[in-house]
Amino acid sequence: MKTKILSFIFSIFSLEIYAQALSNQSSNMAEGMRSNGKIYVVVAVVVTILSGLIAYLIKIDKNLTSLEKEINQQ
Amino acid sequence: MKLSWWKILSIILLFYAVIGGFLLPVPELSQLGETIRNLYFHVCMWFAMMILFTVSIVHSIKYLKNTNFKHDIKAKSYAQVGTYMGLLGYLTGGIWASFTWADPNNPAYASFGSIMREPKLIGAAMALLIYGAYFILRSSIKDMDQRARVSAVYNIFAYTMLFPSIWIIPRLLPSLHPGQEGNPALNFNDIDSRMRMVFYPAVIGWTLLGAWIATIKIRIEFIREKNIL
Repeated sequence: MKTKILSFIFSIFSLEIYAQALSNQSSNMAEGMRSNGKIYVVVAVVVTILSGLIAYLIKIDKNLTSLEKEINQQ
Repeated sequence: MKLSWWKILSIILLFYAVIGGFLLPVPELSQLGETIRNLYFHVCMWFAMMILFTVSIVHSIKYLKNTNFKHDIKAKSYAQVGTYMGLLGYLTGGIWASFTWADPNNPAYASFGSIMREPKLIGAAMALLIYGAYFILRSSIKDMDQRARVSAVYNIFAYTMLFPSIWIIPRLLPSLHPGQEGNPALNFNDIDSRMRMVFYPAVIGWTLLGAWIATIKIRIEFIREKNIL
């Protein structure tokens, strides 16, 4: 049983290596983040900045809400 | 804290505008190239400015009607965020123009004089300066009732000045800026249907973001002026 599982895992690894070898041969690494003039990288950067700014805005909003509650309790 | 629905809508629409704005197909035009995607950002700033100024004038009129200070604070905050968005629109337009209008054979500053002669740019600068005067007027009057009343009246004047300066005069004069023949980006004949799918949600998203920032400013002012409200 153990050997079967092990051999299965190793066969998956070997498949992956085979796929990597194939992709190295056939394409000039134009997958995922490297495709389409690397525009996805720009999208990732802008999305990161936008999420950062929105998270900041939400945090300010939250702080303000707690401040409002504090003042209304007084 | 639970975010209200329109804040969540704003976040969703902004992410859609950024991701879809960069990745969805756009028409291929020789002069613009990929910069046509600026429609989702630069033009949205002006739309958001116009909507926020409209909200501001509504609050000014409400103040004149019932002299409630809350309306004065709201009118001021919406005008502030609207002006800020207008400045961002001006800035982004400057970047865009320097790569599509400027003469590529010379450095960009050599074309600066002819670009700055654009009636749309002069009109937009006028509109923003008129709103700048609104804030100067506000800060120069010490008496609160007088300040609120005078600035509410001035806000109505500033809003009506938007119409000649950014809507009418630029259309009477020749310009490189699009939108000569009708409502730029709203006309169904001059905007590609694929771009409309991103553009309208983007306008709503940016406007809601501006409104969000304005409500934060308003709430801070409410806390600050707690004793008189």
